[in-house]
Amino acid sequence: MAINVKNVQKFFIINGRKIEVLHDINFSIGDGQIISIVGTSGCGKSTLLKVIAGLEQSTSGSVELNGKKIDHPSEKDIGVIFQEPRLLPWSSVEKNIEFGISQTLSKSEKKKIIREHVDLVGLTGFEKALPKQLSGGMQQRVSIARSLINRPNTLLLDEPFGALDAFTKINMQKEVLHIWEKEKTTLILVTHDIDEAIFMGDKIVVLSAKPGTVKKVISVELPRPRDRTSDDFARVRRLVYEQFFPKEELAVEYNI
Amino acid sequence: MAVHNIFRVKALFKNLFLALVLPLLIIILWQIASDRGLIKPSIFASPETITVSFDQMVEKGSYFKHVTASLGRVIYGYIIGSMLGLVLGSLAVLFKTFGKMVDPLIGILRPIPAIACIPFFILWLGIGEASKIGVIVIGAFWPVLLNTMQGIRSADPKLLELAKAFGKTRKIMLCKIILPSAVPAIFTGLRLGISGAWTCVVAAEMIAASAGVGYLISYGRELAQPGTLFVGIISIAIIGLIIDILVIKIQKKTLYWVDQED
Repeated sequence: MAINVKNVQKFFIINGRKIEVLHDINFSIGDGQIISIVGTSGCGKSTLLKVIAGLEQSTSGSVELNGKKIDHPSEKDIGVIFQEPRLLPWSSVEKNIEFGISQTLSKSEKKKIIREHVDLVGLTGFEKALPKQLSGGMQQRVSIARSLINRPNTLLLDEPFGALDAFTKINMQKEVLHIWEKEKTTLILVTHDIDEAIFMGDKIVVLSAKPGTVKKVISVELPRPRDRTSDDFARVRRLVYEQFFPKEELAVEYNI
Repeated sequence: MAVHNIFRVKALFKNLFLALVLPLLIIILWQIASDRGLIKPSIFASPETITVSFDQMVEKGSYFKHVTASLGRVIYGYIIGSMLGLVLGSLAVLFKTFGKMVDPLIGILRPIPAIACIPFFILWLGIGEASKIGVIVIGAFWPVLLNTMQGIRSADPKLLELAKAFGKTRKIMLCKIILPSAVPAIFTGLRLGISGAWTCVVAAEMIAASAGVGYLISYGRELAQPGTLFVGIISIAIIGLIIDILVIKIQKKTLYWVDQED
């Protein structure tokens, strides 16, 4: 599903003062593409994602999904994976995944797809566990399964691996790419991790802060699966770093 | 598993022992002080006198009459009061207009202690059961009402946003997120409510009743029978404790998802 972000502008009113959070944001995402949105904290990247999800209204401009304006959440077209797992603490893994289902299905159909998704995120055997009995990584996998169960055409990920340790993070990135290859879902990934942005994205949208504006769009033309240690990867990394840090600073770091 | 159980039983006995040491010590010192004539037996009945009074009352069957009279009133009034608190509290938060209407009323009425209403209830409903139950209803109502309101307001905005992102209806949001979020606070309210109800029944019975634990206390004072008086006071403590233990047990079962201390 192609998504067009057109002239999106967003104001917040904080203590009676109008503050511009997003300024004239424009970019587009092709069907089945992965877009990484990177920026420093407070640059409005999560707000932008919420506007795309239909959870927040832009002050002006629009987000279009296949030419149709998005102005409210649509669970069938767009799935959201948040920074925190946001599981219902009183519900088991199974019930939490079931919470994601939006179609009307028979009991046995529900049971079947829940089991498939428990397997997909590698939580077989933990169906009856409560969120408090799971590690942070496992909880986030439950939340991923919950969003995938509707088979949304577009998946929005708001720093979904931010709270995970480095190893779990890399595994989860691979898992999400795996699912993407299978389902050909369009992915929009918000992150402050430059390596993650390059590892995942076909395109990287660099946002600058106060107000959030698109500073640069960088295409990542590396073959998949990508190798974080390759020279090409380093070249792209350098390109992205330059957007955030002045060149002199970088040169000093590289000379050491 | 067996070894595990042995450790658990051991720990249980140890905790029971530790819990009983101080009360037993107080009773022993109390008895010694009474025997030596250090405290006035006409005011401070000795543990022995209290036991004798208790035995006599049990034999006559009057003890259980008093206890069941009080308990019956508490159960009756508590069910009405807590249900009212639960329903009105939920409505006041879920329906904003209704909430705005009742909020000032709550602010005005809440500071009035339930006990202050006893004379009015006697005047209005007479000295029969109705006046006592009325007081208990009020005593149970406020804590349940306030905690229900607080609980329903406490639903995590992040979970509500999640439900919105998943296109859930308001009804599903209410049943799957808002109400379960409120359960811990509601339990706190129910627990405070039962102790409020228990306080109120004793106070109401002390002022006008012909049976009940509160009546027992004021009867003991009027006839200068400190033994009877203390049987009343100790009964209040023990029944209150048993009720609290029961409520905590139910709470642990119901709030299975909350980390709780043992």
